[in-house]
Amino acid sequence: MTSVRLLAITKEYGERRVLEGINADIASGSSLVVTGRNGSGKSTLLRVIAGLTRPTSGQVAIEIDGKVLAGEERRNAIGFVAPDLALYEELTALENLAFFAKARGMRRSRKDLRELIARVDLAGREDEPLSSYSSGMKQRMKYAFALLHEAPVLLLDEPTANLDENGVALVDEIIREHRKEGLLILATNDKREVGYGDQIIQLGF
Amino acid sequence: MGTKSSSLASKAIAVYRKDIVSEFRTRYAVNAVALFAVTTLIAVSMSVGGFGVTDKNLLSALLWVILFFSAMSGLSRVFVREEESRTASALRLSADPIAIYIGKLAFNLTLLLALEIIVVPMFVVMMNAGVRNWTFFWLILLFGSVGLSAAATIVAAIVSKANAKGALFAVLSFPILAPLLVTAISASSAAMGGGAFADCWRYLRVLVSYAGVMITASVLLFEFIWED
Repeated sequence: MTSVRLLAITKEYGERRVLEGINADIASGSSLVVTGRNGSGKSTLLRVIAGLTRPTSGQVAIEIDGKVLAGEERRNAIGFVAPDLALYEELTALENLAFFAKARGMRRSRKDLRELIARVDLAGREDEPLSSYSSGMKQRMKYAFALLHEAPVLLLDEPTANLDENGVALVDEIIREHRKEGLLILATNDKREVGYGDQIIQLGF
Repeated sequence: MGTKSSSLASKAIAVYRKDIVSEFRTRYAVNAVALFAVTTLIAVSMSVGGFGVTDKNLLSALLWVILFFSAMSGLSRVFVREEESRTASALRLSADPIAIYIGKLAFNLTLLLALEIIVVPMFVVMMNAGVRNWTFFWLILLFGSVGLSAAATIVAAIVSKANAKGALFAVLSFPILAPLLVTAISASSAAMGGGAFADCWRYLRVLVSYAGVMITASVLLFEFIWED
């Protein structure tokens, strides 16, 4: 049983308060959608949950079976896709995934990695550097990065950005599969994607 | 799907290998460092080399000035590159901060040692700088480089999110590196002039201690610097 608890999250950049007193409690098998106008703090909230940005006050607790995670366990519990997260352009898709697996202390065979690349519909392009990929292909690779370690918590910021019709269908499938047992948090303004949320946080009133 | 091998060393090696492969393909830091080093070396040798400089203190100072400024032009890029190419978030989410520091330190040290392998023999030949105690001379370069890389790596992490990265890197690095540079210059001078074993050994111990302190402090502090 995985849960994410947001306790009075506030984030300020200098004088500007981006997030104020955000509370939420999400458990595995459910999803949270964060929505709001541009600049309302959706991406900031996801970065705070991911542990990439420290909140000015408040706490994020990620728990598995009642145990609050920290350090490596916390990192390995989160899969993150976001516009401001990039992979290494000079490395191939296969090299990128092999590196991130090793950096996480996981052993993945080349066959496993090729299967993962095929899952995001990039089979046959795994030995090409990411610099030769289109923006949609790079977005698919971000999903491969997020799914690499089978994280129970999936954070998706603008999940279908840059994707074509097939890509959107792929993301829908990933979301549907993940919702069965995992925990999903989306930041989006797309009305269709907002429909995935069991809970909705509207920012920037 | 897979098994876990959670050794810190294997994660640090993964970061190091990734940086080596990236550098080999992009020449992001090598070009800057090599160009600066060779240009400075030629400028120095053409301006003072012809005067037959024999003062070991002056030769040693010139050598370390070349190494220091060449290093400053390249070693800061290990973290700047991650921020500029927006790969820092993926790295933060995947790797242990200590493994990242050690991997980046190893990469910077490799870059600096590769630079020295090229620049030092050229300097000795072009400046006609005889070295009497080669063993100590190389040991001083080695441990001086470890200290220089350790300090440069942690300062690079600090400045990677700033706007004026270049200026800030030099400003922050100099006071941290000043004791190392003064010792390394004196030590190299002693090794070039065939100084007493006790003198060389004393300098070497200072350099080893500096490197040890700098690496220990960096490992303890890096997590707080790296994680926003």
